Amino acid sequence: MKKILKYVIVDIVQNKIVLIYTLLLLLISFTVFNVEDNAAKGMLSLLNIVLIIVPLICIIFSTIYIYNSSEFIELLVSQPVKRRTIWLSIFSGLASSLSIAFFIGAGIPILLYHADATGFMMIAMGLFLTIVFVSIAMLAAGITRDKAKGIGLSILLWLYFSLIFDALVLFLLFQFQDYPLENAMVVFSFLNPIDLSRIQILLQMDISALMGYTGAVFREFFGSNTGILLSFVGLFIWIVFPIMISMRKFKRKDL
Amino acid sequence: MINTKNITKKFGKLTALDNVSVTFSKGECIALLGPNGCGKTTLIKTLLGMVVPNSGSIYFNNELIAGKWQYRSHIGYMPQIGRYPENMTIANVIDMMKDIRKGSDKNPDEELIDAFGLKKMMNKKMSTLSGGTTQKVSAALAFMFHPDVLILDEPTAGLDPLSSEKLKQKIIKEKQNGKLILITSHILSELDDLITEVFYMQEGKLLFHKKLSTLKEETGEIKLAKAIGKIMKEPVDY
Repeated sequence: MKKILKYVIVDIVQNKIVLIYTLLLLLISFTVFNVEDNAAKGMLSLLNIVLIIVPLICIIFSTIYIYNSSEFIELLVSQPVKRRTIWLSIFSGLASSLSIAFFIGAGIPILLYHADATGFMMIAMGLFLTIVFVSIAMLAAGITRDKAKGIGLSILLWLYFSLIFDALVLFLLFQFQDYPLENAMVVFSFLNPIDLSRIQILLQMDISALMGYTGAVFREFFGSNTGILLSFVGLFIWIVFPIMISMRKFKRKDL
Repeated sequence: MINTKNITKKFGKLTALDNVSVTFSKGECIALLGPNGCGKTTLIKTLLGMVVPNSGSIYFNNELIAGKWQYRSHIGYMPQIGRYPENMTIANVIDMMKDIRKGSDKNPDEELIDAFGLKKMMNKKMSTLSGGTTQKVSAALAFMFHPDVLILDEPTAGLDPLSSEKLKQKIIKEKQNGKLILITSHILSELDDLITEVFYMQEGKLLFHKKLSTLKEETGEIKLAKAIGKIMKEPVDY
């Protein structure tokens, strides 16, 4: 495992895209903190970066990377190496390098300008989202043989989690506005890792009062220690589940 | 050494392997022959676990290979079209292979690297290599770790005559060391002094698996090419 992981990481570092991603995040983070007169406003701008841009970059880069490693995979499959090791090495390589990129690019500026509970939560959620979307990319690339299809699927999945899911929830909310849906909303938010992260960060920012009664229910559930723990568990499942499915698929794949 | 029992592999509607049962034993040098698309490469890939058969079982040294990986340290494989990570150099690829297979072999066999003159171009990227040079790298890697079984898929396709001769000498040498060698090739004339058995496939089915000497006797020909030509022309009633 360690040997293969080493080659994956060396390859990703040589690729330079992760380096550019780090620099881009650094640039954005320092800009938002310096342009806004108070750091809290900067955090709010950064929130959108963490929730939209980070998942997008992670899922697209990972999907393309997996397809481009087809030669590497093919070479290793005929060698005395477990398929499980190959697949997990690629996953760990991508997840660790993109996490480090996020930590340097966004984590360090946050720690410099806003090192409190909100800042820590934002860093934790950014790291979780990075790994979740690498895992989803492994799934998208694992179930489609065709590169264009796989990348298309990745973009659709990102669109679904960042836009379509919320639209669907809103639609449901309006359709059933006569019913008390607050508790159902809590359940729904577990179906989308981006929503989970958003809720946790917003609760730390103390602006949930703006969200009305649903906000109060959210506060009560997600604000408690159990709620925070459950969100972390939820995000963890979002990491494990896609990678497990893709692994089962990969183990039986013809190369 | 390698046994397969009734393996069948379907790619959609196409049946690439149809109920193939074979036994390849140690010390033999076997030619896998048959027209294009008859399932030779698929058979090789199932032996390596690269393709998972729909049904049937494969044994390596009497052990079922499904889901196993250790047995591959006894196999050296030279693919028909070697595909390597494009931004790695020849040296990178060779070092990586040595690193991965370190446990199984402390003293890699670099005879072919020297014979093919690969030392001079160790720093070239895989993406810039010609087809023939890529084949040389594949061949060198296949022989490098003293495997008990050598699987060579069209080893001489794309090699210049000189290199092809060097590879042939190396194959003969390994054969004398008592290794099992599987070769697919369409150039029958070069197989004459290499092989001991012929394994002939057609449309995913095994047509016959015979000793070369028996085959020559039956057809009354001295050359493999003519013997096979005779069989292919005749209506087959096996």
